[in-house]
Amino acid sequence: MRAFVQRWRGPEAMATVTEQTLPDPTFHLVEAHSHEHGAGGGTLLGFWIYLMSDALLFAAVFASFGVLSSAYAGGPTPREIFELPLVALNTAILLVSSITFGFAMLAMEPGKVRSTQAWLLVTALLGASFVAVELYEFGSLIAEGATPQRSGFLSGFFTLVGLHGLHVTAGIVWIFVMLAQIGQRGLIVANKRRLMCLGMFWHFLDVVWIGVFTFVYLLGVLR
Amino acid sequence: MSIHSEANLDAELHAHGDTHGHGSYRSYTIGFILSVILTAVPFWLVMAHPIANAGVTAAFVIVFAALQILVHTVCFLHVNSEAEGGWTLMAYMFTAILLIITIAGSLWIMYHLNSNMMPSVPAQAANSL
Repeated sequence: MRAFVQRWRGPEAMATVTEQTLPDPTFHLVEAHSHEHGAGGGTLLGFWIYLMSDALLFAAVFASFGVLSSAYAGGPTPREIFELPLVALNTAILLVSSITFGFAMLAMEPGKVRSTQAWLLVTALLGASFVAVELYEFGSLIAEGATPQRSGFLSGFFTLVGLHGLHVTAGIVWIFVMLAQIGQRGLIVANKRRLMCLGMFWHFLDVVWIGVFTFVYLLGVLR
Repeated sequence: MSIHSEANLDAELHAHGDTHGHGSYRSYTIGFILSVILTAVPFWLVMAHPIANAGVTAAFVIVFAALQILVHTVCFLHVNSEAEGGWTLMAYMFTAILLIITIAGSLWIMYHLNSNMMPSVPAQAANSL
């Protein structure tokens, strides 16, 4: 932990010291080792705060799905429409993509450009297959008549799972952007910083998926 | 950017305790193996029905999910009390509290709303939640 010092001298000092000699009172905590935020001092923490607010967005959507999850309106129930083997496949794909991104990060640190690019490409392909399986699932549901308009449960389901799929799609686009940037400039510090943010994003999406497959699919089928 | 050399920037990146992406081969592998187990068991519990009681199965599934989220947080997201002076952990815990309040609170309120507002449709009230 970093040490913090308070530069304000307190009321006694204020009373005795005149205006001119008072050394720039600071009424907030000042970090002991002050530093320039050059490469990415605040970036990673800032991106982390974004991810946490994204988690709250997901919390709202999870809550509305939870509230609507038994509003079938006479339509299909989870047990009738969910295919768990397909969900297990998708879960496996996303989990493997998490570790392949980890390998990309491990190759990035010593600056192995080719290896980093290869693992990123593998991750993007796994992400694309995840989205493809999800779109196949959505397609077959809609073909069966289980559309988002059918019931509150299905509206909540498509919103939650679709929102996650949209995030994964954004992650894939970001991976290809990073592949282009690494291709042009190599593993410069700015690109390393971007990859760290992308890594947090990707692993975060896997964490959200744990919530999705548990609360939507597994508990849905149990209900 | 321009006044610093690249080596300085790299050192600076590390000096800030920006340890997010800096997992080890070991942490990723351990995280992956634990995640496979914590994913496979709940799927097996739901698909093979080794436990007859659905409520008990659901409780197990939720516990496994919570454990897996913890594993991912530590092994993949590298959240610990050291990174960024502890602020990532702080933000994470704050978010977790808000998340639980939002989800559990919504379900609780809407469950009671349903059971109190629709006494004429007992089947539907019993089904809610």
